[in-house]
Amino acid sequence: MNALELHALCKSFGSQRALADVSLSVPTGGRTVIVGPSGSGKTTLLRMIAGFEFPDSGSLTLNGQVLVDATHAVPAHQRQIGYVPQDGALFPHMTVADNIGFGLATKGEAHHSRIAELMDSVALDANMARRWPHELSGGQQQRVALARALAQQPRLMLLDEPFSALDTGLRSAMRKMVARLLSDAGITTILVTHDQAEALSFADQLTVMRQGRLVQSGHPMEMYQYPADEQTALFLGDAVVLPARIQAGWADCDLGRIQTNSPLSHGTARIMLRPEQVQLSASGCPGVVTEREFGGNTCTLTVALHADPSHTILVRSAGLLAPPAGSAVHLSTTGTAHVLFG
Amino acid sequence: MLPEAAAQALTAPAQRRVQGLFKGRGGRWGTSLSVLVSLLALLPIAFVIGVSWQIGWAQIEALVWRPRVGELLVNTVLLVVITLPLCMLLGIALAWLTERTDLPGRRLWSLLAVAPLAVPAFVHSYAWVSLVPSIHGLPAGVLVSVIAYFPFMYLPVAATLRRLDPAIEDVAESLGLKPWAVFWRAVLPQLRLAICGGALLVGLHLLAEYGLYAMIRFDTFTTAIFDQFKSTFNGPAADMLAAVLALCCLAMLTAESAARGHARYARVGSGSAREQRIVRLSPRTTLLALGLQSLTCALALGVPLVTLGQWLIAGGREVWRFNELLPALEQTVLLGVAGAVLTTCAAVPIAWLSIRAPGRLQRILEGCNYITSSLPGIVVALALVTVTIHFARPIYQTTITVLLAYLLMFLPRALVSLRAGIAQAPVELENMARSLGRSPGRALWLITLRLAAPAAAAGAALVFLAIANELTATLLLAPNGTRTLATGFWAMTSEIDYAAAAPYALTMILLSLPLTGLLYHQSKRTAGR
Repeated sequence: MNALELHALCKSFGSQRALADVSLSVPTGGRTVIVGPSGSGKTTLLRMIAGFEFPDSGSLTLNGQVLVDATHAVPAHQRQIGYVPQDGALFPHMTVADNIGFGLATKGEAHHSRIAELMDSVALDANMARRWPHELSGGQQQRVALARALAQQPRLMLLDEPFSALDTGLRSAMRKMVARLLSDAGITTILVTHDQAEALSFADQLTVMRQGRLVQSGHPMEMYQYPADEQTALFLGDAVVLPARIQAGWADCDLGRIQTNSPLSHGTARIMLRPEQVQLSASGCPGVVTEREFGGNTCTLTVALHADPSHTILVRSAGLLAPPAGSAVHLSTTGTAHVLFG
Repeated sequence: MLPEAAAQALTAPAQRRVQGLFKGRGGRWGTSLSVLVSLLALLPIAFVIGVSWQIGWAQIEALVWRPRVGELLVNTVLLVVITLPLCMLLGIALAWLTERTDLPGRRLWSLLAVAPLAVPAFVHSYAWVSLVPSIHGLPAGVLVSVIAYFPFMYLPVAATLRRLDPAIEDVAESLGLKPWAVFWRAVLPQLRLAICGGALLVGLHLLAEYGLYAMIRFDTFTTAIFDQFKSTFNGPAADMLAAVLALCCLAMLTAESAARGHARYARVGSGSAREQRIVRLSPRTTLLALGLQSLTCALALGVPLVTLGQWLIAGGREVWRFNELLPALEQTVLLGVAGAVLTTCAAVPIAWLSIRAPGRLQRILEGCNYITSSLPGIVVALALVTVTIHFARPIYQTTITVLLAYLLMFLPRALVSLRAGIAQAPVELENMARSLGRSPGRALWLITLRLAAPAAAAGAALVFLAIANELTATLLLAPNGTRTLATGFWAMTSEIDYAAAAPYALTMILLSLPLTGLLYHQSKRTAGR
């Protein structure tokens, strides 16, 4: 069953198109990630769902209730949709407890115990309740913002790049905690981000957005392996893209003969492999390392093939074992290649 | 002065997001209210144009092209042309010494450079007339004006010096500039906005001030209009002088806006700026600097305080007529509080719109208020006298008219503070409150207005300070029997009872002192300390 249905949403700011015919179904209880470069319209879409923006046309339905259509719009404060913005947006004139309790209708003892419960659920120490927002670290601020949004038991949770202001180690820990918390509570969640690694790890359902349009939606692993086009392929990670001749499910290219995922196609096309599908090996396609980028645990090598030196191929290799530039190497592939159309 | 900067500070997408909010009823209400306030603000301009139209060109020529007007014009222009550069020199020198050198006691000196603002301008000239009874004319006008108004130059320049990015000076020096050249080519250009703003403020005060010049018998347009009004009441002669004075003010506004230019003065880089560099003064320079500071302090604070003390001692106990002084204090406080509350409330819709939905209409509205507040109190007062006599007889010579005059004259003071306050409450917070189930009106009240409250209070305090020391419009507009501290003081000095005036002056200074402290504190805060 789907919790949220977006249907043909359009929005322009002056002559600039922000959203063009956006339709999307978000399943109940799932984690949907909308990923796209900055300026792709993803934040506009999120704010529209929250009720801070209104579409020029199209409709928006949550659990069967129409939030926006051509004739009427439910204002933000009646939507019961939680929202956590990038910087947390804590009210600077209220303590942590007052911030968290802002959306609660309860009074007295029940109020305090509910706040304590919420703080506990986001792993905030109880003695933080009387602190002020400016006394908190970035991660703590985000936890408070999350608890505040959880307080009203939202029907839907919107996260607008909530981890991007945190440093790398904290970011993945926070991401895991938030994912587990929201799954346990069974809250349907939409996260917006420009960070593909974050998108791939957080999502049950991934949606790529570009220039106001949804380009492709699906399971993250599937999207990574079988992107709809080259641009999406490159946006979701490094890729090796080669021209090839396709015949009966096999592709002939500079890396040799590789099985493809589309047995029926024929003719010339471009195929895509992820760098981790290409390995250095004892035998295989000969080439020479032209560049070595050391990155700690892995090294990214640029290899020029003997068959066509104008084509270079990215190969991952264990950091300490990687051959230096100038070394002669052989490449082999594993798995199937993805045929890119268009 | 500020709306463009504020508009630019909001990025284009933020503006768009904000405009989405204004499809609602609240937006329309806000817009209509601000249009109303701004139309009110256009009243004095409409008066000047209307009166000129009514009088007709032939009579305007007869009234304006006469030796008396020429004499006033020469007086006024000389006063401005001599006083402004002196104020600039003194203000910049003191600001540099207190902000950028290791001058001993520089925090104290910086406080003492702002303190003269607590002394109303006409009390300054009262002190000088008491000290040197023969003092009069242009030299006296220049002397007292510089002493009374240089803090208006000092405040913005010191605040800007404090927040300049020291990296720019480092770079200039690394490019081979000598220290003096660094100041001249890298620091001074960045002070341009502050200097222009300060100069405008000083200039407008020079044009508008009545009490200061009347007491030392120096004729400017404002004193002449006042005398004319006293002798012929609401005659065309006074009206035409007022029109010429209004033109002078508009010319000054235009000159300031041209001098400001379009260059960018904000810091371009990211990250926070480092601490300012402090220049070590040689013992001789330190001595010279201390001399300058002490001299300024002696002239601007010593003279008024010593003279006041002398009068109070000479007057003894009987000058403290509490049965007159206390009602005057009460009336001043009442008028001040009422005016401050009214003005701040009127500023709310305009300030709110200028932050949340900046646009062309908004800039025009703010421009209206700004121009009117640059008009001298006497022009505003004449306009209100004429308009109330002809169109609103019931409120003629009532407290309502006085409050209206205060509103027109001091709205920008409330506006500037309030706008800064609302800008500190990002619209995102209001959105958050709405997403947590609060209606837009509640969200505005719980979040934005709560966050802007300190700034609104500061703005209201500045308006109160202005009203407490206001003389001209109050003299002209107040209902019979009204006696504020300023008009009480004026009545005493008009009867040459200088000793009896001293308690009024002292009360005014004591009332202004905490608010001047607030002004000082606020200028520090806008500089980010």
